[in-house]
Amino acid sequence: MRVDFPPFLSTLINHINPYQLQQNMPISEILFWALSAIAVLCALMVVVVKNPVHSALYLILTFFAIAGHYFLLNAHFLAAVHIIVYAGAIMVLFLYIIMMVNLQEAQVDKKRNLFKLASVVSAGLMMLVLTVAGQRADLTAVTNSATEIGTVESLGTTLFNEFLLPFEISALLFLSAMVGAVLLSKKSLQS
Amino acid sequence: MSINYYLFLSAALFSIGAFGVMFRRNAIMKFMCIELMLNAVNLLMVAFSTVWGQAQAQVFVFFIMAVAAAEVAVGLAILMMIFRNIQSTDTSILSKMKW
Repeated sequence: MRVDFPPFLSTLINHINPYQLQQNMPISEILFWALSAIAVLCALMVVVVKNPVHSALYLILTFFAIAGHYFLLNAHFLAAVHIIVYAGAIMVLFLYIIMMVNLQEAQVDKKRNLFKLASVVSAGLMMLVLTVAGQRADLTAVTNSATEIGTVESLGTTLFNEFLLPFEISALLFLSAMVGAVLLSKKSLQS
Repeated sequence: MSINYYLFLSAALFSIGAFGVMFRRNAIMKFMCIELMLNAVNLLMVAFSTVWGQAQAQVFVFFIMAVAAAEVAVGLAILMMIFRNIQSTDTSILSKMKW
């Protein structure tokens, strides 16, 4: 699961690094930790920041970090699709809606602090359960040499052979979503 | 990288998303946090597909993205409708359908 940089690039990156890196730490590992830190920090900022426009921008940063993870996992097609769909379409839609909608939160009530504490505790417990369950699982990899499955070619072959019917059904889903969105956002049905 | 690290990262992102859904009261912010949770699952599926050498998981990620796009379009239209009726998207005001 390592990325093949050109050799001059990796030696250059190792040279200009101010810290003494271990010789056996590959560049993909450094990238993994950096991207993970960016993703988790920006995800926390999405939740914590007050202004919704700022949190939408932090969410875009999180999506870019996740796209970097897809590149590290050799899923190049999915990384491109992820950036186009999420950063290009979905977040633009979110930003438009945020700008159209008045985002004043209502009066803070007394129960709010208890509610915040409860949400923190339950999310922490959820993380605990997920990590413990992940540690208990048997995760021994069967094959580890498949670097070409993320290409457009192999994904397209799988999509149009094995998943042809779900592909067509998702086209129907898009049609119905489009009709539904237009119908819902009309002011009145009579006009 | 070992698959365990991806498992932890994805669990962290999913928990942050769930935390946001519980913590924020604005319905648009809740939507964004749901997107974050979907992305955590997507990341884990891509990691598993690379480790196990199966392309099917990546096709599933493709479908999850498609469903998420449709969901956002319809959901934001519903939110605009709600905003037009009660001039707010705060979920603590939206208590008309509460049992």
